[in-house]
Amino acid sequence: MKSEISRRDILGGLGAVMAGLATLPLARTAKAAVQKLAVSANAPKGYDPTQHRWVMGIDINRCIGCGICVEACKTENHVPMGRNYFRTWIERYIITKPKPGTGAARGEVLVESPDGGMHGFSDLPVPAADVLHSFFVPKLCNLCEHSPCVQVCPVGATFDAPDGAVLIDPEYCIGCGFCIQACPYGCRFLNPFTRTAEKCTLCYHRITRGLKPACVEVCPTQARIFGDLKNAPPEDPIRQFYQDNRVQALKPFLGTDPRLFYAGMDKEVR
Amino acid sequence: MTNEVTNIVVEVLPRFEGYVYPNESGAHPLWSVLIVLYPYITGLVAGAFIMASLVRVFRVRALEPVYRLSLLTALAFLLCAPLPLLFHLGHPERCFEVMMTPHLTSPMAIFGFVYAWYLMAVLLLELWFDFRRDLVAWSTTEPGFKGILYRLFTVGVTDVSEPALRLDDRIGHLLSVIGIPSAFLLHGYVGFIFGSVKANPWWGNPLMPIIFILSAVVSGIALCVFNYMVLSWVRRKTADMRCLDVMTMFLFYALVVDAAIETLDWVHRVYSAEEGFQVMQYMARERLFYTLNLGQSLLGTLVPLLLLGSLQLLRKRVPELVRRRMYFASASFILIGVLAMRWNVVIGGQLFSKSLRGVMAYKLEFAGMEGWFIGAVLLSLPFIILTVFIHLFLSEKLPSTGHGDG
Repeated sequence: MKSEISRRDILGGLGAVMAGLATLPLARTAKAAVQKLAVSANAPKGYDPTQHRWVMGIDINRCIGCGICVEACKTENHVPMGRNYFRTWIERYIITKPKPGTGAARGEVLVESPDGGMHGFSDLPVPAADVLHSFFVPKLCNLCEHSPCVQVCPVGATFDAPDGAVLIDPEYCIGCGFCIQACPYGCRFLNPFTRTAEKCTLCYHRITRGLKPACVEVCPTQARIFGDLKNAPPEDPIRQFYQDNRVQALKPFLGTDPRLFYAGMDKEVR
Repeated sequence: MTNEVTNIVVEVLPRFEGYVYPNESGAHPLWSVLIVLYPYITGLVAGAFIMASLVRVFRVRALEPVYRLSLLTALAFLLCAPLPLLFHLGHPERCFEVMMTPHLTSPMAIFGFVYAWYLMAVLLLELWFDFRRDLVAWSTTEPGFKGILYRLFTVGVTDVSEPALRLDDRIGHLLSVIGIPSAFLLHGYVGFIFGSVKANPWWGNPLMPIIFILSAVVSGIALCVFNYMVLSWVRRKTADMRCLDVMTMFLFYALVVDAAIETLDWVHRVYSAEEGFQVMQYMARERLFYTLNLGQSLLGTLVPLLLLGSLQLLRKRVPELVRRRMYFASASFILIGVLAMRWNVVIGGQLFSKSLRGVMAYKLEFAGMEGWFIGAVLLSLPFIILTVFIHLFLSEKLPSTGHGDG
C-alpha cells in the first residue's frame, strides 16, 4: 500500500512539532526569569536588590568639566579607550551673547565633548566677552522608569533590576544593537571586544558592596550625588539634593520618565 | 590586562559635523548595509506572495503564468531574509535565544515566530499542496537524483485521486487567504521595528508599518515582472502580453497608493515641523540627496508612475515591443527605488545625532562584513536559489500535468 501516509498525518505531525517547539521557549523564559531575579550581575552573596533603590542626581552648577569622572569610569569598568565608547561623558555648552540689533534673547549654542571630556576642555573657542553662559553637563544612563532599551531587547538581556539599576547580561546579549537605537540619550554602545551592548551600571559591583560609583567617588566638586532612596535619612546628600533644587530630566516628552535628575539645567541641553 | 587590550582599539577619525553624542561618532552606523537589505528582501517576499494571491484568492486568471514563479520567488527570498540579520549580530551563535527566550515587548523578538509561521505554516504548505500532483508524477517519471528529490518532496503522500486533488485545491486556497494577512504581518512588523523607535524622529512614526507594507507590495510585484521577463528572455520565449499588462496595471495602482501615503508622510513632517525637523531637512538636502530625491522619488516613483500611468491610458496605441521595454524599465527602476527607500530609512535614521545637533557621514566600504561586497552577495543569493527552484520545479523539460503552467 503506497499511500499509507495521508496529508492529515503530515499536517498532524507538523502541528505536533510546532507545539513542541512552542513549549521550549516557555521553559527557557521561566528559567531566564528566575536567573534575573537572582541578579547575578557582580553582586555579592546576600545582597538583596529589593531592599535598595539607587539613584543619581547631577548638579550642573557644580561641574567644572575636569573629566576625572570619565576617566575613573573607563578605568573602573574596563571601558574601551576609543573615542566612541563611553558609559559617562561630559558635554560643554557655550551660549554666546546675541549680536546687537538682532532682537534675539541669546546667541549661538556651541556644544562639544572632545574625547568625552575625559581630558578636560581646551580654552573657549569664542572670546570670553562674547559668552553669555558656559556650563558642563555630565551624561550617563538616565535610569528610565520606562526604559525603551529594556522594552526593545529581543531576548531580555537588558533588564530593570529591582534596585533601580538598568543592567545587561553580557552572557545573554546577542549584540543586535536595538537597545542602542532605542536609547534616546546615546548612553549605550556596542563593545568592540565583547560584541555586546554596554552601558552605565552605576558601578553595580561597587554599590552592592556599600561603595559609591567610581564617578561619584572621584568628583572633586560633588556635582554627582548618589544615594539609596529606600534607606536615605533626610540629611543624606541625595535627599538634600531634592530638597535644595528644582530639578529637570532630559527629553521628558518621550515618556521614558528618567530617574536621573539635573539641577540647574538649561533648555538647550538634550 | 583588560585595559591593555582595550587600549588598542583601532581609532578611526570621527566624521561628523556639529555635535553628536560620543557613542554615536563611530566610523559607520550601527546598522548598515545588512540591515538595509533585511527589510528589502522581506518586502520582496511579502510583495511576491501578494502577487501570487491575486491569482489564487482574487481569481485574476490573466496572471496564472506567473503564479508559481511568484510563489517560488517568495520562497527563495524568504530563505535568505534572516541572513543579513544573522550576519550583523554581535553574537550570531546566540540567535536562537530570540526564539527560545523571547522578550515579548520587543518587536524584534517576534521576528522568529512571524518568520517561522510564514515559512512553515503558509508558504511551504501552499507550495506543497500546489505542486503535490506534479511531484507525484515527476517522482515516477524523472530518473536519478532528481527523481529521489521529488519523491522526498512528496513526503510519501502519493494519493492523486480526483477528490484528493479537489481537497488540495481547497486547502491551497485557504492557505492563500491566511497568507495575505500573514504577508502584511511579516512586513508591517518590519516597519514597526523602525516605527516604534520613539528616540529617533526619522523612524518613530505610526505610518512606518503602512509605508513598509505598501512599498513591499510594489517591490514584490516589480520583482515578479522583472523575473518573468528575464525568464522569458532566457528561454527565448515571448512573455505573455496579457499577463504583463495586468501585472503592471496592479503595479501601477499599488505604486499610486504607496506614493500617496509616502507623500502624506512627508507633508505631515513638513507641516508639523516638530523638533528635529531642521536636521531632517538638512538630511534630505545634503546627506541623502541622491538616494532620496533622485533614487527614491524620481527614479523609483515618478518615472515609473509616468511610464506605467501613460500605458494605462495609451496601452492599445503603443506597440508590444515598446510596451515590454517600458514595463521592464519601470520594474527595474522600482526595484532600485525601493532599495533606495530602505537605505534612506535605515541609514538616514542613523546619520544624525539623537542630540539633533549634528550629522554624521557614511561611506559604504567594499570589504568587511558591512561592506557592499557582502551586500551584493547576499542580494544575489536569492536569485541563485530561485534559479535552482526554477530548474527543479518550473523546468520546461518536465512533463506537464496541465496544472499550473508557470
